[in-house]
Amino acid sequence: MATLSLPLAFFLPLFTALAVFLVRARRAPWLPLLGAVATVAAVADVVRQVAENGPQVHHLGGWQPPLGVELYADGLSALMLGMTALVGLAVTLYAAPYLRGKGYNTELFWPLWLVQWATLNGTFLSADLFNLYVMLELLTLTAAPLAAMAGDRPSLGAAMRYLLLALLGSLAYLLGVALLYGGTGTLHLREVGELVGADAHTAVAAALITAGLFAKAAVFPLHMWLMPAHSNAPAPASAALSALVAKAGLYLVLRLWLWVFPVLLSTYMGWLIGALGALAVLYGSLQALRQPRLKQVIAYSTIAQLGYLLLLLPMVVIPAAAVHAWQGVAYHALAHGFAKSAAFLAAGNMLYSLGHDRLEGLRGLTPYLSITVLTLGLAFASLMALPPSGGFLAKWLLLSGAISGGQWPWAVVIILGSVLAAAYAFRVLAVAHAAPPAGYTEVRPAQRVPRIMEWVPLLLVLIVYAMGVSAMPALGLLEQGAPEGLQ
Amino acid sequence: MIAALQDLLPLWALLASLGTAVIIFALRDERRRQRTFWNLFGASVKLVLVALLVYGFLQGRSYQVAWEVVPGVTFHLAADPLALLFAMLSAVLWLITTVYAVAYLENSAQRARFFGFFSLCVAATFGIALAGNLFTFLLFYEALTLATYPLVVHRGHPAALAAGRTYLAYTLGGGMALLAGTVALYAAVGEQPFSPGGSAAVAEWAAAAPGAATVVLALLLGGVAVKAALFPLQAWLPIAMVAPAPVSALLHAVAVVKAGAFGVVRIVQDVYGHAVAADLNVTPVLAALAAVTILYGSLRALAQVDIKRRLAFSTVSQVSFITLGVAMGGPLGLIGGLVHLVHQGLMKITLFFCAGNYAETLGIHRIESLNGVGRRMPLTSVAFTIGALGMIGFPPIAGFISKWHLGLGALAQELYWILAVLVASTLLNAAYFLPVLRRIWLLPAPAGWPGAMPRTSSAETHRWLLHPALLTALAALLAGVLAAAEFSPLNWAQRIVEQEYPL
Repeated sequence: MATLSLPLAFFLPLFTALAVFLVRARRAPWLPLLGAVATVAAVADVVRQVAENGPQVHHLGGWQPPLGVELYADGLSALMLGMTALVGLAVTLYAAPYLRGKGYNTELFWPLWLVQWATLNGTFLSADLFNLYVMLELLTLTAAPLAAMAGDRPSLGAAMRYLLLALLGSLAYLLGVALLYGGTGTLHLREVGELVGADAHTAVAAALITAGLFAKAAVFPLHMWLMPAHSNAPAPASAALSALVAKAGLYLVLRLWLWVFPVLLSTYMGWLIGALGALAVLYGSLQALRQPRLKQVIAYSTIAQLGYLLLLLPMVVIPAAAVHAWQGVAYHALAHGFAKSAAFLAAGNMLYSLGHDRLEGLRGLTPYLSITVLTLGLAFASLMALPPSGGFLAKWLLLSGAISGGQWPWAVVIILGSVLAAAYAFRVLAVAHAAPPAGYTEVRPAQRVPRIMEWVPLLLVLIVYAMGVSAMPALGLLEQGAPEGLQ
Repeated sequence: MIAALQDLLPLWALLASLGTAVIIFALRDERRRQRTFWNLFGASVKLVLVALLVYGFLQGRSYQVAWEVVPGVTFHLAADPLALLFAMLSAVLWLITTVYAVAYLENSAQRARFFGFFSLCVAATFGIALAGNLFTFLLFYEALTLATYPLVVHRGHPAALAAGRTYLAYTLGGGMALLAGTVALYAAVGEQPFSPGGSAAVAEWAAAAPGAATVVLALLLGGVAVKAALFPLQAWLPIAMVAPAPVSALLHAVAVVKAGAFGVVRIVQDVYGHAVAADLNVTPVLAALAAVTILYGSLRALAQVDIKRRLAFSTVSQVSFITLGVAMGGPLGLIGGLVHLVHQGLMKITLFFCAGNYAETLGIHRIESLNGVGRRMPLTSVAFTIGALGMIGFPPIAGFISKWHLGLGALAQELYWILAVLVASTLLNAAYFLPVLRRIWLLPAPAGWPGAMPRTSSAETHRWLLHPALLTALAALLAGVLAAAEFSPLNWAQRIVEQEYPL
């Protein structure tokens, strides 16, 4: 019974989704929030248990594998679950007034979002390749309609593209899993990892699975779908998609390479994947620098920031760099999650009050949306790794890994990425600080932003600065169940 | 309980300005009285806390605040004499500048944002002062960049935004160099607290791997040299002049350029140690660059027609005296450099206050419009004169004390070319300041000033604008006259140098 909170973390949001669907959100507007709070409590218990007693295992219904479904939480899972819980709570709090004010269909949003949350938790808790496939499918099937919620031509087109590519990705993933199952006779993550050898069979499976996940996570060069999908979705959905859904794909890339395919992880292979990450960092940042709309800037920034996560694979094979890189990547995933969701919610406020998010139209805005501008500034400061943010500590750890391991190219990428991030961030912040253009006596917001929509993103981004004070608690948790050599 | 609270004094002092920033951000723009109250309250509390810190230090207490942030990396605040020198300077000048800024920005837009970031700037500067290792230093050094940007672009017009861009390009570039150097140093020797004379582990490493040690030192110094406006990285400073006068005062006297110069001191003296840096042949290069900057800044200042721009180039030149004092080595040179950290601050802030007063009261921005202004604004002009003469090095004003020690240091180290630089700079200083003084006092006033305000009271300008300038001018004068007294900046600098060069 002790580990009951593992299944609860998955089923609570799922049942809430069902309940919302049945009783209609209109009649029970408090229901999503209740489910969110309960989920946060369950996740908090998972985190506490992992921190106190090490990795936790739960067999659904008491059935042992291979028949039953195993839920497994180690330090990495606990961190991702925790981040998802906090971002999820913020999205839930923010979504109600936002959707109401913008006239979105809440009957559609709540079930989709809550199932998505359940699926995210399921992804972080699954220890089984097929369950992961189911979760990946569900993620896509909830994410695409969320991206299409505006119902206009650009968002429908973007969601369609997203759906197609993500389904192709799932297919590739499933093929890879089938190959592994054929070769090893098991689907359990750690068992597969013990049984596979460094042969062509495994290599093809790894390639299929990795390519599939890359498509889902918008890794360069399979990133094209992300920007339109994330930037046209309603703001709370954008926040969840960028901070959580895309990251779940990358989480699996790292999970699988460290737990299932370490035999294949040669220096050459690491560099190949790392190079894609580096290209994503540079390409995404350069694109972000050219976007005319705020949400597009933030979406391209996601492509860039996710690229850093892949730098783990080239560095983890070098003993001097491994631990730093591992810690840095995990911390980066967390810091990015909070900062990016806060940024999207802040952008949502601008969209909400002005009706658009064109950069040149944001001039002279600060007096009306000062908390939002502050939130945006703090979020960007973490994305460009300025202290005292969590993003800074993450980059410090990554850079320590690169320099300790003598990996100069990655060090250069990390530094260059920060400089470029500063460039696109300040392009936005400069506009927010600019005086109103001549001719305008005053830029009045079209619609007043509800106070809760200003405070929720601010509190979210303040978590990143709490993370900047000390990384020790999170890194201590990360040690639970980490692969050998990474503790 | 009381003891524990007292041990955390550095943290309270840091929180005093951070808390002020938060409160002010939360106040609406119209809440003028409340904002002014919190501004002055925060700055006063900060000053008292820093004074307690100094008092406790003199009683032999050692203040340390430290906790592990990342494995093997600590956030560390420590109150050593050098830290207190800079902390004291920033606390005193923050209070005075706040008074000035409240009067100066009374009618401008976005005051809540301005004063919020103003306080953040001071918090960052205080953190830089009390940083006990390179990581903590870097933390606040970067935070300072972020906090200063909104002040530079405060007016929001295209020139301000362009200046902000240039400022960021330089300072963030420098920050990245500092970050790379710091991480590389940590990777090589682990965490080393700042210690007088440099760390033994760094010295050992520098002996074993001189190439790497030189590259890392160059990265570190390159990083701080940007804010210190060392040639050829000085271009941002004159452009940042579009900021309002109190910001320029703060930037030039306390916060940004001083943070850079202070970083040079920490890195050369307390991380590598002067001897090691000299062995790696870095200090001669540093000395040469400082000398070039001194002459370059003065020459450029000579050609400026705008008062603030002339003062800005003068800063470029004068701040490099600090770097020069560190780079030349030896106790006397270091005393000269360190004491100039304070002296230049007092004199330059006076000059900027006065320039702001001329601009606010009479609409004067250009040097040629200063004719006869001494009769219309005699007190401001006296303050300006003290500042300018001090910069040139007239005894007994503070600047003379700095230059005197720098000269003695150069003699002691047998670096005679530095004497030539000092003489040349003094002549150049005279060349760009004396004509200004002549206009102020000796030339007849024009028929009317471009933006003259009607005289509403007996005072020549708003009291809150006038008194800060008089106060800092008096401080600059006293720092020179009473240089031999206990607790003068000179005395304190000697105290620091005794640690670095045990006799």
